[in-house]
Amino acid sequence: MTTTSPVTPTREPAAHHAGFTGLMRAEWTKIRSVRSTVWTLIIFVVVCIGLTALIAWLTESHWYGPRAPSRDARAIADPVGFILGTGVGLGQLAICVLGVLVITSEYSTGVIRASLLAVPRRIPVLAAKAVVFAVLLLVVTEIVAFCSFFVGSAILHAHVQVSLSGSGVTRAVIGAGLYLIVLGLLALAIGTMIRHTAGAISVAIGIVFVLPILSGLLPGSWGAHINAYLPEQAGTLITHTAEQSGDLLSPWQGFGVLCIWTVLALAVAAYLLERRDA
Amino acid sequence: MIETRDLTKLYGGKAAVDHLTFTVEPGQVTGFLGPNGAGKSTTMRLILGLDRPQSGTALINGRRYRDLRDPLRTVGALLEAKTVHPGRSARNHLLFLAQTQGLPARRVEEVLALVGLQDVADKRAGNFSLGMSQRLGVAVAMLGDPQVLLLDEPVNGLDPEGVLWIRNLMKRLAAEGRTILVSSHLMNEMAVTADHLIVIGRGKLITEASTEDVIARSTDRSVRVRTPDADRLAELITAAGGKVVRGAPAEGAGLLTVTGLESSRIGQLAASASVVLHELTPLASLEGAFMELTAGSVEFGVPGQDPVNAQEGSAR
Repeated sequence: MTTTSPVTPTREPAAHHAGFTGLMRAEWTKIRSVRSTVWTLIIFVVVCIGLTALIAWLTESHWYGPRAPSRDARAIADPVGFILGTGVGLGQLAICVLGVLVITSEYSTGVIRASLLAVPRRIPVLAAKAVVFAVLLLVVTEIVAFCSFFVGSAILHAHVQVSLSGSGVTRAVIGAGLYLIVLGLLALAIGTMIRHTAGAISVAIGIVFVLPILSGLLPGSWGAHINAYLPEQAGTLITHTAEQSGDLLSPWQGFGVLCIWTVLALAVAAYLLERRDA
Repeated sequence: MIETRDLTKLYGGKAAVDHLTFTVEPGQVTGFLGPNGAGKSTTMRLILGLDRPQSGTALINGRRYRDLRDPLRTVGALLEAKTVHPGRSARNHLLFLAQTQGLPARRVEEVLALVGLQDVADKRAGNFSLGMSQRLGVAVAMLGDPQVLLLDEPVNGLDPEGVLWIRNLMKRLAAEGRTILVSSHLMNEMAVTADHLIVIGRGKLITEASTEDVIARSTDRSVRVRTPDADRLAELITAAGGKVVRGAPAEGAGLLTVTGLESSRIGQLAASASVVLHELTPLASLEGAFMELTAGSVEFGVPGQDPVNAQEGSAR
């Protein structure tokens, strides 16, 4: 199988440097060219919207049912939080998995070596990955958030009237997407730090789902304070239209707290990426 | 050109690369030879900035790898370890790398044609045979049309056709004036591929010379002698027409490497002068250097070398 093709390329008139745009293009190629990314996103969309519809339908069909008073009251008090809390609440698992996989799959398959040979300064790889992943999530999560809202509110229409023009509603729906984006970036940072898929997914899910339960067991006001500043607890405030009496943070403050956690985690991840042998 | 100076890498306190200094010149194929575990891959990873050395420097055309802009246009690397996602197609793997370097998508097609993978370019790389994977690795290395190439064990596991293909490609690239560093643990392969050899063992430089010289020396039989009375014996050997090289002080003052005399003759000389011998081992010099440093690697052979004798050294 000998080839006679030329070794040297047909020369570009002026070879241009790739720069950060090139790195973002490359990250997009990586994300779209692997089935797991595409499938995780499809599952995320289906689960979120499907589950929102299912819970809304069950709520609607069992209105005035035996367990109804508290649930119905919640649906009336904070319909947006109620609608988004179901599908998005479970969908964030998929986002955590995806955020971790985007980087750990490079470690498990060895692609990271190719990536770092191409960009030996390393940190631009993480930056480009974070930007491309965030933009992809922006599109997908906002579509999911709005679809979930419309599907949920349409099904609950008979008992709960809620529209985007209501106070804080648009903010909460957009905020649900924003929350998922930042959560995805936090998972990306955790994946970069831990480098192993299973370990990183465990840690990410532990932070999102398990820590709030543990901190909820802490007694007194300092337990409540710790709880309020956890990434998930603080971050999801933005998806509620009505502030609860016990809330220590406003929706945007809560979102800010999540962002700070994520920026810190990304900084540590960047430091470790730069320092460690690949 | 590749230059390493005093390159040192420790893993858990043990030196994988130990104060390694060498230069790889352009226009020839330089073989990087050593038994498995000698530190060849680590050295390459240090040159490529994948690992950080504890001390020392590695420069490519006078610059550190991490200081190169769009480095794949200067340096192409084929690593022994996997670097491709099994679920991604060859074309997409090459495409994302091209995008990081500002190379046009057309270049991807060119390197696919160069290695003969056009027909399977959209298949998942995980289903590639070893030979196809190796071809993809070469395509990656050639993507930026680099002046410097580092190939880690490129013929490992390839069929004879593949071996020949890689060998001819390396020669062609060297003839174009590129710098080629190719590692192998097989002396035979290097003997027919490389113009120049850098031989290492246990992370240390054993020799750096033209392939011709190394082969000439390795077929020139030598004998290792250890004695408490080294000065006396050296005199006797020289008088009898042999050549003596003193061992490094670290290996003990009493170590001599003798060429030009058979071991039996050295034994007679010592006995006649009542010189005590602690060791008397026939070796080929390169082989000897290897055995000294690598203690028991049997995967190293020299063309034309009697395999039984070569094993003696390792079985010792």
